[in-house]
Amino acid sequence: MKYLQIKTIPSIALKSLMAFSIAFLSGCETDESQTVATFTNLVLDENFDTEGAPNGELWSFDIGTGIDGWGNQELQYYTDRPENVQVQNGVLLITAREESFEGSAYTSARLITKDKFERRYGRFEARIRLPFGQGIWPAFWMLGADIDENPWPGAGEIDIMEYRGQEPSVLVGSIHGPGYNGGDAISKEFTLENDRFDTGFHIFGIEWGPDFINFYVDDVLYNQLTPEDVDEETDGEGLWVFDKPFFILMNVAVGGTFVGPPNTETQFPQTMIVDYVRVYEN
Amino acid sequence: MKNYKNINIRFILLLSLGIAIISGCERDFSDEVQFATFNNNGDIFTDAPVGLTDEFFDSFDPAGPNPANPEGFGTDDNVAFMGTSSIRIDVPAPDDPDGAFIGGIFLDRGDGRNLTGFDALTFFARGSTTATIGEVGFGTDFEENKFAVIAQNIRLSTDWRKIIIPIPDPSKLIQERGMFFFSAGSQSTGGFGYTFWIDELRFEKLGNIAQPSPAIFLGQDISNEVVNGMEFMITGLTQTFNLASGINQTVIAAPGYFDFSSSDNSVAIANESGEVIVVGAGSSSITAQLANVGAAGSLEVTSDGVLPTTPPPARLDANVSSIFSDAYTNAVESNFEPPFGGSVTNLQRLQENGDEVLVYTNNNFTGIVFNNTLDGTDRTTLNIDVYPLDASSVEVQIRDVGANQVLETNVITGLPDGDDADRRLLINGLTPGQWTSVEIPLDGDLAAQKNNLGALILAGGPNFIFDNIYFFTE
Repeated sequence: MKYLQIKTIPSIALKSLMAFSIAFLSGCETDESQTVATFTNLVLDENFDTEGAPNGELWSFDIGTGIDGWGNQELQYYTDRPENVQVQNGVLLITAREESFEGSAYTSARLITKDKFERRYGRFEARIRLPFGQGIWPAFWMLGADIDENPWPGAGEIDIMEYRGQEPSVLVGSIHGPGYNGGDAISKEFTLENDRFDTGFHIFGIEWGPDFINFYVDDVLYNQLTPEDVDEETDGEGLWVFDKPFFILMNVAVGGTFVGPPNTETQFPQTMIVDYVRVYEN
Repeated sequence: MKNYKNINIRFILLLSLGIAIISGCERDFSDEVQFATFNNNGDIFTDAPVGLTDEFFDSFDPAGPNPANPEGFGTDDNVAFMGTSSIRIDVPAPDDPDGAFIGGIFLDRGDGRNLTGFDALTFFARGSTTATIGEVGFGTDFEENKFAVIAQNIRLSTDWRKIIIPIPDPSKLIQERGMFFFSAGSQSTGGFGYTFWIDELRFEKLGNIAQPSPAIFLGQDISNEVVNGMEFMITGLTQTFNLASGINQTVIAAPGYFDFSSSDNSVAIANESGEVIVVGAGSSSITAQLANVGAAGSLEVTSDGVLPTTPPPARLDANVSSIFSDAYTNAVESNFEPPFGGSVTNLQRLQENGDEVLVYTNNNFTGIVFNNTLDGTDRTTLNIDVYPLDASSVEVQIRDVGANQVLETNVITGLPDGDDADRRLLINGLTPGQWTSVEIPLDGDLAAQKNNLGALILAGGPNFIFDNIYFFTE
């Protein structure tokens, strides 16, 4: 081991140890039983260094409108056109546009690593600058890789980052599973004080191990969820479904139940800028 | 050879400048040199005024044509969002003998404050009812108002609510005296007076005000035909920020926040006051930036160059009653900028070749109101020389104000009321870029009533030039 292990610090690779531990203590009501995460082995290092379409060996696309706007009455049509998804100057641009396309009023893109990069446990993080405006719904999230055989919510969902364009300082991290999903997902909001997510890059991540998922943004751990939390939140009805491989998704949705529709003041196009996606394992 | 010499001289000048700079750099500032820095305290009112003038509240003119009510301002020790006291403002009813609205400013008692470290004016407000405050802002100092900012229609709640008014560009506010500005009437409450309280009034650095979208001409792209010498203001200046609440807050921003530019300075110049001056023939695009962000909206001016001279008036003096012409003596003097409520017309008197003309821009409606009525019994026709500046049309209404000598207009229909009568003509279809003499016969309702001619009402356009306005006998 290259790194020292410090008990109250879940990730020793994070930049500011002091700031992190302070935030950890105040934000998380930690106790002696806090699970320690030490993911240091970089297994995915996507820096978007090649101009043009995203690397096809890692990324695929969801195309179209899914069923009922991807289950959320979302308004956009997902494409893989460069207008909606492109690597430029070392960053990935996912751009939501207001345009009539295949019967939808908006276009955007959704990238997935299904069948290409699926992992169980690890530290998953991305450095992202978010778009803004009423009805804009970007996300960096994960779905259980067995979703074709084990439909949602059975497959499980980890929302590392969701955000409402009309609340530019508020991040939402959630898990969905049987007994706790959709509007009843187990969620926590994090408010960036005196700052916002659409004016600079921020790192959104989870540390995920057996029996825990830690949610963090930049150097602040703002939530930890465990099977006990699921039990507590669902009166024992919910099932912990996070002990199997998941794949990664990144998208910018427009409208839908989580954010409501855009209004006349929503400016288009809106672009989510992704600097990198990294995954570390033990 | 001459050229060569000039270059040498320039080179020497440059060289000596370089030396001066180099030697200047090597010298440290003496201890006595102190850069002026102004008070950077953001607080304006907490439980008492902070660093404001002894007057605290400086009312709009209580004696002007639209008198402000200075009586409704004070502090309230029974109401506070925080601490022990708040500002209390009693908004009067329209028939209040002390004045129908309340408004004014708070001034810094010193030389002004350095507000560059802040991004918003914030306060907590509470109303006795859910009224709307007409205007709130800062930067108005009753002098230059150089960096004035106004947010309109601030909605009150009957509970405390935080109001955030973003600063369009904080880097401009190195020495600002205008700490607060408000103006409130009872328009939103159906004429009933109400009270509102303000507490914890200060400039703040919120850090979550972002996504600036400045605009000129309210974001519209306008094109205007013009002639040399025309001057007009760049209007509709706003800055909009997205607040942490997701709300896009627009403020009206003074020209001082903007950098204006003209794409061709030989056609038009845009100065720092937001004034455009037309100087030559051709086209130029007027645009602006605010804090290096391009503003939405633009003005494309196409100048015909020097305004051509009007057709020379050829009527005999005895047959003419002139209102406005350099060719005739006025039969009656007139008010060319009557205070018609709701008029947004801009009038410029332009001198060209010793002839004065009336340049109307942005006209919705205005008038030429005669100081005394004119007996037009012997006159048959009104002449106006018209130089259209756009393809639209302007309506001229010749008004006889009747025996009572009062201009009476139905505010709903715009038609003459009481004993008034008029004759209207829509002037359109004129050839742009040249003068046309338009003759309007005094017929219709004026045929029987033209002994108290009192006004010309001008509606629409919006951009046109008038000259040689006179009644004559055919």
